[in-house]
Amino acid sequence: MIKKRLVIIGGGSAGMAAAIKAYELGERDILIIEKNAYLGGILNQCIHNGFGLHEFKEELTGPEFMTRFSKKVEELGIPYRLNSNVLNISNDKVVTYSNSQEGIVEVKADAIILSTGCYERNAGAIQIPGDRPSGVYTAGQAQLFVNCYGYLVGKRVFILGSGDIGLIMARRMTLEGAKVLGVAELMPYSAGLNRNIVQCLKDFNIPLYLSHTVKKVEGLSHLEKVTIAKVDEKMNFIEGTDITFDVDTLLLSVGLLPNVDLFNKLPIRISRTRGAVVNQAMESDIRGIFACGNVLHVHDLVDYVVEEAREAAVGAVQYLNGELKHEGHVYEVNPGNGIGYVVPQIVYIDDVKDKLSFKFRVRKPYKDVDIYIKEGDKVIKKIFKPAIIPSEMEIVKLDKSLFLKEANEISVYVEERK
Amino acid sequence: MFDVVVIGAGCVGSLIARKLSSYQLNVAVIEKESDVGNIVTMANSAIVHSGYDPVPGSLKAKLNVLGNAMFDKISDELDVEFERRGSLTVALYDEQLPLLEELAKRSKENGVPVKILTSKEVLEMEPNINKDVKAALFAPTAGLVNPFTLTVHAMENACDNGVKLFLREKVVDIKKEGDIYKVICASKNVYETKVIINAAGIYSEEIHKMIEPISYTLTPRKGEYFILDHYSDSLVKHTIFPLPTSKGKGILVSPTTGGTYLVGPSAEVTFSKDDVSTDKATLDDVRRQASEMVPSIPFNQVIRTFSGTRPTPSTHDFIIEFAKKDNHFITCSGIESPGLASSPAIAEYVVNEFVSKVLSLKKKDNYNPYVRKRVNLAKMSVEERNKLIKERPEYGEIICNCEKVTLGEILDEFKSSVPPMTIKAVRKRTRAGFGKCQGGFCQPLVTKLIAEHFNLPLNKVLYQFEDSYVVRYKVKDEK
Repeated sequence: MIKKRLVIIGGGSAGMAAAIKAYELGERDILIIEKNAYLGGILNQCIHNGFGLHEFKEELTGPEFMTRFSKKVEELGIPYRLNSNVLNISNDKVVTYSNSQEGIVEVKADAIILSTGCYERNAGAIQIPGDRPSGVYTAGQAQLFVNCYGYLVGKRVFILGSGDIGLIMARRMTLEGAKVLGVAELMPYSAGLNRNIVQCLKDFNIPLYLSHTVKKVEGLSHLEKVTIAKVDEKMNFIEGTDITFDVDTLLLSVGLLPNVDLFNKLPIRISRTRGAVVNQAMESDIRGIFACGNVLHVHDLVDYVVEEAREAAVGAVQYLNGELKHEGHVYEVNPGNGIGYVVPQIVYIDDVKDKLSFKFRVRKPYKDVDIYIKEGDKVIKKIFKPAIIPSEMEIVKLDKSLFLKEANEISVYVEERK
Repeated sequence: MFDVVVIGAGCVGSLIARKLSSYQLNVAVIEKESDVGNIVTMANSAIVHSGYDPVPGSLKAKLNVLGNAMFDKISDELDVEFERRGSLTVALYDEQLPLLEELAKRSKENGVPVKILTSKEVLEMEPNINKDVKAALFAPTAGLVNPFTLTVHAMENACDNGVKLFLREKVVDIKKEGDIYKVICASKNVYETKVIINAAGIYSEEIHKMIEPISYTLTPRKGEYFILDHYSDSLVKHTIFPLPTSKGKGILVSPTTGGTYLVGPSAEVTFSKDDVSTDKATLDDVRRQASEMVPSIPFNQVIRTFSGTRPTPSTHDFIIEFAKKDNHFITCSGIESPGLASSPAIAEYVVNEFVSKVLSLKKKDNYNPYVRKRVNLAKMSVEERNKLIKERPEYGEIICNCEKVTLGEILDEFKSSVPPMTIKAVRKRTRAGFGKCQGGFCQPLVTKLIAEHFNLPLNKVLYQFEDSYVVRYKVKDEK
């Protein structure tokens, strides 16, 4: 059996950023395992720009952004396997992968970083009502077809869900000559970034139907019609609000789910994010198994994915060097009023070097709001925000010195100013 | 000129064709769909009923019990996933106990071994069942089967033994001239035959009417289901039924041979035979009823909902008979549940009791009942897999991440005498695209493989039905 100090599963932006950071911290025995024929993951099909504003202070396309990382991986000589699919991770960190050249390979790892990204919620997962014709795609699938294969899935398009990929695809399909008749969003606010609402919908006069969802899909063979209707606060359809569109394509941009299959058979708790429960080092319930990027929780910017991957790399190197003690004062971090989730969920404060970041999302949009971080019943940090929305992840960085080590619970919550 | 034309390539038509292929007969199967097993066979509970439920003395009772017993042999010959897991029919209320006794009595009459288990015994076998369970009827012979590979492999075996399969041929009329039937298709192709077997599923009524007025009707009865992903905890190990009612065997919770779970079906009369839509109210009802039996069903693990129509006959029993005016037309109609379980016995029954009366049946010397064995990677050791990958590297390359299907397994299917021509056909044969992402990642790759194999442009690859193209236009194509 091959032995490796650090095995990174998934060679997308998270995997590459983690590998580079681990290398920079002195770790040399690394292997990246990637299922595709290239590094970079999903960024390869994201040919629009807007990537890298934080990381490089410039707007790059997905392929440009990821190429900066893959070049670095090459430059540093970090080993990777392409076209290689991980079949299993065992309790004792044996990673089994398969490819056509080497066959089934078992690697005994000292530490593992899972960076397998996410997958799109699809028609099955959201139990879309009506017929099941062809012509219903996830937005990412249509994106792959148009950007990498050179085919348009259809020419009269409706989009369900205002997630960023859906918005990007509204513009992309329009530019390729398709007619996008509208975007429906179940919630009373958009699930995508504001800049995408403006640049992808408003600039092309594509209507956004808030508080609307698909009521019926029709078409025995290929998609013919999509009917949407307005919903009330309880998500029930309101009579008399039906609008029917004659379309050949329905794109779904209804959320992303962490691709966490490889953890399913391990004693690893799964959190509200549908990714693993992790501590401040991005380490799961199994010591030495880490996760970062969209497999942990879905990020809105790849820049944040990269940042989190570096945190995981720091954690993995700490672990490999025997510096993660899991001793001393420990916190459980819980989302409070208005907060959907917080990452990490566990903090061993003595293992934190200097700063600790909490990442979270609000459940609904707020204006003039204070974010509180509380240890037990003592507020250790309060931050004012003029506006805060679910589609934009919040990151709060805290100095280690702020923690009192008195209580064992930390809660993050918001309160609106009256 | 054919000796027999079978109309319809569902599990019944395919198994009849296979049985006929063991004789010295010239046999054709005509199917309107782009693949075998696309309609009624596509959407059912994927279980082999034990036979405790049908009315004693009915054809359903007889053929279900006979069919069930044939599955060990047939699943071996046809390399089909089959597991005799057993079923539990649960009584949740005291007032249901007499019904359970009645079912046990009915089982005895039908020749089905059953045992009434106490609440404690049930919960030991199935800890996730409602703790209030009073008792259950355990039927150990019930099984799980993959209805897709059963049908595909039966037809493949039939074709390997000389049967001709014609897909995308919709029968629009049947004429008789002298002793010869002319089966006329929408394509204008005409198939001449001595004998017709009508195995057209939900449309067998329309086919039968092409030759004579009929006294029965088929009501399309829709069943809606949830499919749940395979996840770490075992939900149930057996098929769990409620007590049957006049509407059917009720909403079950069952494992499948693919490791996923099925919850359903509803039972609603629908107006259209093509209606396989789902709706929220019905599925909510399925969810509620199923949760009563198994309270911990994780509905956040749903990966798909689907529905199928069952051809419910006005006679309440399978209709397998000669046409009134002509014994060269044999009809197999109203094959609703337990049709899948009965299908191997239906094939024997049709050939032995009907075809044999009108054609002389001589065994073929070179008949081979075995289908080409598929590579089963899951059952191979690492050493065996590596030996295989060395010879055939495509078994190392995984196309479907969710279900871990390799390129080799997909390419293998193209070599079959019933190769997959659509995305759905690849799914049915290999499970590629059947998992949690529902083809989100692998469907483009599979589309490419089909295009390459059949030498088609990408925008001519079908999802399933006519006109259901996966992609419709080339970028920058003005047409």
